[in-house]
Amino acid sequence: MIRDLVIIGSGPAGYTAAIYAARAQLNPLLYEGSVTAGGALMTTTEVENFPGFVDGVMGPELMESMRKQAARFGTELITDDVIEMDLKGEIKTIKDGGGNVVQARAVILATGSAYRHIGLANEARLSGRGVSWCATCDGFFFRDQTIAVVGGGDSAVEEATFLTKFASKVVLIHRRDSLRASKIMADRALNNPKIEMLWNTEVVDILGENKVEALALKNTVTGELTERDFTGLFVAIGHIPRSELLRGQIDCDNEGYVKVEGQSTKTNLPGVFACGDLVDHTYRQAITAAGSGCQAALDAEKFLSH
Amino acid sequence: MATSKVTAANFDEVVLQSNTPVLVDFWAEWCLPCRAIGPILEDISNEYGDKIKIVKLNTDEESSIAIKYGVTSIPMLNVYVNGEVVKTIIGAKPKPALLKDLEAFIN
Repeated sequence: MIRDLVIIGSGPAGYTAAIYAARAQLNPLLYEGSVTAGGALMTTTEVENFPGFVDGVMGPELMESMRKQAARFGTELITDDVIEMDLKGEIKTIKDGGGNVVQARAVILATGSAYRHIGLANEARLSGRGVSWCATCDGFFFRDQTIAVVGGGDSAVEEATFLTKFASKVVLIHRRDSLRASKIMADRALNNPKIEMLWNTEVVDILGENKVEALALKNTVTGELTERDFTGLFVAIGHIPRSELLRGQIDCDNEGYVKVEGQSTKTNLPGVFACGDLVDHTYRQAITAAGSGCQAALDAEKFLSH
Repeated sequence: MATSKVTAANFDEVVLQSNTPVLVDFWAEWCLPCRAIGPILEDISNEYGDKIKIVKLNTDEESSIAIKYGVTSIPMLNVYVNGEVVKTIIGAKPKPALLKDLEAFIN
């Protein structure tokens, strides 16, 4: 059987694409990912800026609602990973982790992004030994300790604020002298008595035998090197697009984001559309991802009707 | 066979004194990646339960064991052979990746 549409990825972009495509009777099949289902919002706490939720909504709850809405209109949801794709021909072939092969006329790519690593050798070695990318998963284990968060955007500020629930002190380390985060979230962090700001500072090494014990820090203005004791380091320095499986068959830019044509979601391959964090250098919000998921479904619908 | 729950009270008997390798899944209710790998571990337990025993330890309820084994990130999967930790897997992974990590114990 050749399907009309397969959607790969399940954040706000993938689920919104599924809602629109299912309502357009395209009977979409959506690969959610075996451990990444729901995407980046699954490890966030309260989302305060998604329109329509006056009092905010928890990230996982928002995703569960979108998932149910997609299912309600007939989207077939598969909680598995795509491990191989051939997107070039008129009929696209997709292979999943369970060994199933699916064919479709159109594909929407919404695989989102993964956490960016600092790139230090000791970061990988001490990952899960004090180095973490998920405050909501691991914050609990740092009760009454002094921990560091590196980064300056919304996610760094959110993590730092969340971690003050557990830690006795959170030091937010940022290489510039002001935060990139939205004003309301930055103010909240700056006014939190448990958060100390360390401006113009880079983490140059993570020290510790079997667990994180200290960080080697460098002042980006003076070049001065110092060491400071921490038992944990939460890394929140942004994301990289999850386009590994697509390299070589679809046009990506230097940073790995899939290129789309103008304001559409069309990639260089006919019948293949991309949306969400996978294409977005700039905005990376739940609402913009959802918006581009909608565009992708409409673009795919138009393509399939010809 | 299905996975079972382990506590501080039976950790010695079920894990440390076991004759077969035991995988302990350190998890908590509020940890979504933990919940994501839950069904995968059930699958693996059903398929390979005769070779590796899979048990779940709730880090909220059994914090003494979690502290003893230095848990700072969950999900964390420790494999015990003759009472010693011989392998640690940290973070949620898809089933094929987990099976690969556990190759030495299930083949």
